[in-house]
Amino acid sequence: MKKIHTFLLVFSLCTKIYAVNDNLITSEAFPDKLSDFSFFKDSAAQIPHDEVMPYELISTLFSDYSYKQRWVYVPNGKKAKYEEDWVFNFPTGSALIKTFYYPIDERDPSAGKQLLETRLLLRKEDGWEAVSYAWNKEQNEAYKKVAGKTINVAWTDFVGQEKEVRYRVPNINQCKECHAADDKITPIGPKARNINKELQFEEGNFNQLVYWMNREIIDEYPLELNSPVDWTDESKDINDRVRSYLDVNCGHCHSPTGNANSTGLYLHLNETRDIHLGKYKKPVATGRGSGGLKYSIVPGKPEESILLHRMESMDPGVMMPESGRALTHEEAVLMVREWILLMQN
Amino acid sequence: MSCFFVATAVSKEIVVSPGENAHERLQEAMILMEEGDILRIESGYYIFEDGLSLDVDGVSIIGDGMDETILDFKNQMSGAQGLLVTSDMVTLKDFAILDAKGDALKVIGAKGINMINLRTEWTGGPKSTNGAYGFYPVESEDVLIDGCVAIGASDAGIYVGQSKNIIVRNSIAQYNVAGIEIENSYYADVYNNLASHNTGGILIFDLPDLPQQGGHHIRVFDNKSIDNDTDNFAPEGNIVGEVPRGTGIIIMANSDVEVFNNLLSGNGTVNLSIVSYSDETDDPNYYPHPRSIQVHNNEYGPGGFDPDVNTGDLAKTLFDISNGNMPDIFWDGVTPLSQMIFGQPNDEKLVISEGDEVSFLTIRPLKYMMGFSNPVRTDIEEFKGVINPLEPINIDGI
Repeated sequence: MKKIHTFLLVFSLCTKIYAVNDNLITSEAFPDKLSDFSFFKDSAAQIPHDEVMPYELISTLFSDYSYKQRWVYVPNGKKAKYEEDWVFNFPTGSALIKTFYYPIDERDPSAGKQLLETRLLLRKEDGWEAVSYAWNKEQNEAYKKVAGKTINVAWTDFVGQEKEVRYRVPNINQCKECHAADDKITPIGPKARNINKELQFEEGNFNQLVYWMNREIIDEYPLELNSPVDWTDESKDINDRVRSYLDVNCGHCHSPTGNANSTGLYLHLNETRDIHLGKYKKPVATGRGSGGLKYSIVPGKPEESILLHRMESMDPGVMMPESGRALTHEEAVLMVREWILLMQN
Repeated sequence: MSCFFVATAVSKEIVVSPGENAHERLQEAMILMEEGDILRIESGYYIFEDGLSLDVDGVSIIGDGMDETILDFKNQMSGAQGLLVTSDMVTLKDFAILDAKGDALKVIGAKGINMINLRTEWTGGPKSTNGAYGFYPVESEDVLIDGCVAIGASDAGIYVGQSKNIIVRNSIAQYNVAGIEIENSYYADVYNNLASHNTGGILIFDLPDLPQQGGHHIRVFDNKSIDNDTDNFAPEGNIVGEVPRGTGIIIMANSDVEVFNNLLSGNGTVNLSIVSYSDETDDPNYYPHPRSIQVHNNEYGPGGFDPDVNTGDLAKTLFDISNGNMPDIFWDGVTPLSQMIFGQPNDEKLVISEGDEVSFLTIRPLKYMMGFSNPVRTDIEEFKGVINPLEPINIDGI
């Protein structure tokens, strides 16, 4: 493995204030209020403290068209270790923070946003734990929601259309339904390959891996990474776009270590076997989820492919993913339809 | 959340009663309860818009009875099942799950799950829009289903998949496509159940391309699989969609199965059939033929009087080859080619020890493929042999 060691970039972080409440991250109980962790300088504006760093993924999970802002926190002096094909192995006391929101009007950022929830993955002594905090009406505090919550949201989309959704804040068990590998809670996003892209930081534009090196929260990563592509980037190969989309939207459950491993349908990026990728694969325990269709994917025939049928459906007994979606992801459906149509036998 | 394993000195009883916010109260209780606790759901009607889930080890959830404590999901808007259990050593008892949009009760990866006196039902009768499974433990170990009732599932009322050490007993499965189905599983006792008015009563299946396959060591005894007369209403694409109406027991591609002391009657296609998995598969680890199957001391009532030749291949093939003279027991006779020519190993042969009046038919595949007339055998005496009983299943504490 090739390794990169720290570049000598000079950052303008002269005065570091360590404000995050480290004890709360590792303590057994979750506090009632998000602000207790002190991740943010300004909670309402979602401005984090310096040591809480923003990051983005190349391709993201669809969550009913909500927007997500992500931050990573690694305690001072500690580092996350690179793991091949897996998320970084973060040290005890780390936190992954993700706020879900809708803009009031997608055409007009100045109209503001509606914060829904902030999900936390906290690296405790014996592993990760997940919890979500739902924002109050006043949008100045988020409160722990163990059993989840329903929020009816409305927003205006890019073309001026009024949209609404019955948004579900997941309960703690639902967090685990997706964030589980071999029955342990795990982050999904921050694999080296998924963050291998440039992002604008206060200090300038950097590849996120380079930035993490310089901020000394990791100490190595391979130069050659089999990274996914941004599925929205139409200049990229459609197979790469779809596999990247399926990896991040389905692969956490549909993999040999995930919650859906009993199905034999594996959609993570590393799967290469046609039958396990769904090509002429018969359903196993799909029930009416099959929609009367015989195979997960019939090359050339999107309308006969269960995979597409379940992406399109909004019926809870049929739709995939099972949680976290109430609307159809129209743009992804179009792409997957084209991918199956172009697929050779 | 495994990190919460703090041994609690006293276990608590938590009580939830019907009323406002029942979903939130029940779900919160299911999350906050700790090992050793009992959650009591008082009698009454609980209506949910979202699925429920349990992930705490060593707890019990107990209602006031399968006709008293009703968890109703007909208004469900999210969640792929009524109740999902992902923890170990759990007992669920005395309540009903009605009209879930997907599966009623799904259990994934549990070690120790007791389902006792529960009911899962789709109340609108058999419909393809009903959820797939009533009881659906998968990838689990030490599974007990006892005294349960499963009605109206569009796949299987009671379905145990890719699991080990299983007891299904004293239960009733009616108006499902498959009454009771044990699939890709090891070590199961299925006994003293009633499977009636399903499409197929009891299915012992094995399928390719799955993490656990090679289903074996299954005992099916003291059951009544009778009057399975509901048209197949499974959505196409599912393996049970191939099951013809009126099948009592089907054994497909399993090994070491012992079927005895059952009453098989009123099944219009065939009371008992033993078949290979007939679709193409490239899975090198999969064995598609049944082997070491023992059938003895069963009672056979009327069968084969109304073969469902329009569903799947089984009924039509059997009807054609028997000239409409449907047997009580059917074996498709398919083995690997070398065994068709040189014979099966002795310990893999089908053994049948039934009364003289029981009729039997098997295909001679080579003759059949070469187009000989009358390529069948019907002499049940040829299959007589010594029965080697399989060991009973033991689950600790049951």
